[in-house]
Amino acid sequence: MADVTRSSAFTRRHAVHLGALVFLVLMPPVALVLDEPFYVSLASRILIYGLAAASLDLILGFGGMVSFGHAAFFGTGGYVVGILFVHGFEGTAFLGLIPGSDSGLIVWPAAAGVAGLLALIIGSVSLRTGGVYFIMITLAFAQMLYFFFVSLEAYGGDDGLSMYGRSQIPWMDLSDDTTFYYVCLAVLLLFLGFGHRAVGSRFGMVIRGVRENERRMTALGFPTYRYKLACFSIAGAAAGLAGALIANQTEFVSPSLMHWTRSGEIMVMVILGGMGTLFGPVFGAAAFLLLEEVLSAWTEHWMIVLGPVLIFVVLFARRGIYGWLIGAQDGSES
Amino acid sequence: MNALLVLEQILNGLQLGVMLFLLAAGLTLVFGIMDLINLAHGSLYMVGAFVAATVTHWTGSFILGLLAALPAAAITGMAVEWIALRSLYERSHLDQVLATFGLILFFNELVRIVWGPRAIFMDVPQALSGTVEIIPGAPYPMYRLAIIVVGIAVAAFLYLLITRTRVGMLIRAGASNREMIGALGVNVRLLYTLVFGLGAALAGLAGAMAGPIFAVEVGMGEGILILTFVVIVIGGIGSIRGALVGALLVGLVDTLGRAFLPGLFRLMLDPATADGVGASLASMSIYILMAGILIWRPSGLFPAHG
Repeated sequence: MADVTRSSAFTRRHAVHLGALVFLVLMPPVALVLDEPFYVSLASRILIYGLAAASLDLILGFGGMVSFGHAAFFGTGGYVVGILFVHGFEGTAFLGLIPGSDSGLIVWPAAAGVAGLLALIIGSVSLRTGGVYFIMITLAFAQMLYFFFVSLEAYGGDDGLSMYGRSQIPWMDLSDDTTFYYVCLAVLLLFLGFGHRAVGSRFGMVIRGVRENERRMTALGFPTYRYKLACFSIAGAAAGLAGALIANQTEFVSPSLMHWTRSGEIMVMVILGGMGTLFGPVFGAAAFLLLEEVLSAWTEHWMIVLGPVLIFVVLFARRGIYGWLIGAQDGSES
Repeated sequence: MNALLVLEQILNGLQLGVMLFLLAAGLTLVFGIMDLINLAHGSLYMVGAFVAATVTHWTGSFILGLLAALPAAAITGMAVEWIALRSLYERSHLDQVLATFGLILFFNELVRIVWGPRAIFMDVPQALSGTVEIIPGAPYPMYRLAIIVVGIAVAAFLYLLITRTRVGMLIRAGASNREMIGALGVNVRLLYTLVFGLGAALAGLAGAMAGPIFAVEVGMGEGILILTFVVIVIGGIGSIRGALVGALLVGLVDTLGRAFLPGLFRLMLDPATADGVGASLASMSIYILMAGILIWRPSGLFPAHG
């Protein structure tokens, strides 16, 4: 296929990828030499939100499904880790059945699994509709979950749930910020690799076909509803994994993880970075969190700047940071 | 005693439903005619509430506050339409969501700068501060009753406006085929701005009336905006009738659920668990209602477009 010849040449796109990778790998030692450990934890947050945004782009950019409730899966993943951690700490069991745990090898896949299952349920109702209905319904379901966790007094309700440490992974000390950073980086790269394969596969072709013209794909005989639901669930599971990481990073989970503005922020990261590109959202997450950092240091009313910036980006800068970096000639897919 | 409590909660549900209708009517009109999804509709509600609270504090007259809130919200709405939203009509829904999300951030921060971060509390106007006995033995706050009356009046006004006037005819025509009324020589831009102003004024009215019941604070428009989305999705996007039915349904289910679900669960579970489960389920009830209705009718109860 055409992809083979294109990927054998070293293009501007590859230079961007290589540069970003080198930067990400070398970032922690440089920050420590400069005695700025804060940047390591900021960079971890960027990687985690990058994962959440890249997973959203799978449905938003590739599938054309405008989901405004992605934070629900993000927050659910966080809560799975938080709730199991507290039960493990207290030696009790969740609902009297499932023993708690602080092992990352157990709770992280559990977080992804529960979030993916939730996405399957929410998606199965939401995907029956389309267009604006889909936007509003995903938003409403996310808000439902938000209120559920707010009223869940047993796990902290509105105040959230504190963990007393991070998950345990064999031979690693996640409480060390640099180690945790590299784990986040590894998880993100694994997901991007998986996403790259998925987007290029037959499954990815069908999903992109649905985005372009669903009626035609149905006419070709594809069960489009099932493909979209699968895509939605995968994205939900990946967002749950990102939630598990953010719970570990802050050692705290609260309903604000799944507040509707969080869904909006993740969506903004996708657009800032470049929609329909797997790597773009990571750049978008970096740009958004850095912008927030800079603007909030400058004025407490930073939102009044961010709002109009957002409108301008939507109106005038359609290709996003990634599109601008890789140049105009290169195509937009992955 | 119990029947009276139920009746009181039904009236509370109607009152919430009426408020939701005022917001949903504007939002569904804007969506039906301009195909624009406007998240910033809640900001207009907030502007209405803040202007009403401020003018009421200055003049001591709630009526003046109410009268100031309507044009303030309408002018804000039309200005926003003129400056930002006009270039979004031809864009995708995703662009509209993002740009209006930006507008929410902007308005919240603007209101925080102008009025400060603290909530403002409004008193119920003197003339409406008493209670009425609708049926003997059940006193009900006059102010809440007044809100229901205003809501019914607005619904009647919108019905007459849309079915009996020339503007209403254009609105209906615009909802069924936008290109065609433009081709027939109607000034579509002017129509859009007017409809937007009407929707904004209704949102401002809802905000002004909400002042004495809820706290007037930054972000007050967002919670109710999402309830409004649920209303519109249930009723069918673009349909005023659907907005009315959906709003009353959501208002009643939400209010009755919060009032009675914990009690119902107490019949089966121990009190502490019952309160927890009841409260959780009550806060989720309208979303479950929405999911149920969508499984039954994917485009709402009264779909406006085929």
